[in-house]
Amino acid sequence: MNISRRQMLILLPAAAVAWKSVLAGTPEASPNYKMSEHWWGMLIDIPKCIGCGNCVRACQTENDVPDGLFRTWVERYHVTDENMVSPEVISPDGGKQGFPAVAKEDEGKYFFVPKMCNQCADSPCTQVCPVGATFISPDGVVLVDQKYCLGCAYCVQACPYGCRYIHPQKEVADKCTLCYHRITKGLTTACCEACPTGARQLVDLKDPKDPIHEFLKTHPVQVLKPQMATGAKAFYNGLDGSVR
Amino acid sequence: MSVFKDAGHLFRFAGLFVLAFLVFLVVRHYVVPKSFGQYGHYRGNAIGEIAARPVKFAGHQSCESCHTDVLELKKDGKHAHVNCEACHGALAKHADDPTSEIPVKPDTAVLCIRCHAISAARPKTFPQVAAEEHSSGMPCQTCHKPHSPAMDAGGAK
Repeated sequence: MNISRRQMLILLPAAAVAWKSVLAGTPEASPNYKMSEHWWGMLIDIPKCIGCGNCVRACQTENDVPDGLFRTWVERYHVTDENMVSPEVISPDGGKQGFPAVAKEDEGKYFFVPKMCNQCADSPCTQVCPVGATFISPDGVVLVDQKYCLGCAYCVQACPYGCRYIHPQKEVADKCTLCYHRITKGLTTACCEACPTGARQLVDLKDPKDPIHEFLKTHPVQVLKPQMATGAKAFYNGLDGSVR
Repeated sequence: MSVFKDAGHLFRFAGLFVLAFLVFLVVRHYVVPKSFGQYGHYRGNAIGEIAARPVKFAGHQSCESCHTDVLELKKDGKHAHVNCEACHGALAKHADDPTSEIPVKPDTAVLCIRCHAISAARPKTFPQVAAEEHSSGMPCQTCHKPHSPAMDAGGAK
């Protein structure tokens, strides 16, 4: 075969691209799952939350979260007429064992706020990583590459929602993966599976049949710290203004 | 006269520079993972690795494929939308191989109270009881069947 210099110059970049895709291998574990077809988020329905702590326990079981650290936790707010600005917030052991009962005569209002990674589309935590160990996947989930993470904890400081921690044994950053190993297999997250009242719902914003679209149109939905423009995708229905 | 006269040391330096750059390219080729940069400034294969982690909660669809009797029992009850593993715990092992792990029945004394203990902090419309007054220490399942907790005229349902 005789290839002229001109032909060779045309073939080289094409060959380079082909070789690159060979080296890359097959990245996806679930064969029928297409990342480009999803954009994941979470709907948290505050009026439905009863503070049972099922989500916190389920998350710990599913993801082997160390004791005392949380990928999701539940806070209980107590807002009185005199103290709207800095309400009393408790979260004993992340709400894992529930909350102390409150007698009827106590004044003010109480409500539960489940917290977790907001799966921000413009996430501050991924922007600060010096080595590219944390990233937003093409389907909108903020993940940590634990083989690449140095454990510098810059991202732990950068998260405005306090959703990251350094794993005490692995010494790398760890966080909610939105149960990425489950949602790519067509299951819902462990916290949604365990929630008895449907206060948490996994949502796919790219799925036109997902009820989230109708829900967002018809309900007072907020994200946490909207002023930070993080592109948070944890949507809170009926969120009180005192929640930080 | 040539402008390159006495410039040999510059050429040697340039040669060294080129050599160092080539060494850098070779080292980079071996050090940077193949999938780095596939989707962005991260290792693309990390996504597949995270997706391959084991599942502990089987999901209610798995449970319902065998336990159709329980599904029937739950269907019209107040607990119709409570997933199996919300009370029974993570049972993916059992779903994969029913003989490998036999689920233990949850203790209703602990289980029911977790959600239904009276507290002003819970939503007003959610059914709540003060356990001592309500049943004076009797187990919940004496009167209520957990899968469909409403009571019939004939007592336990």
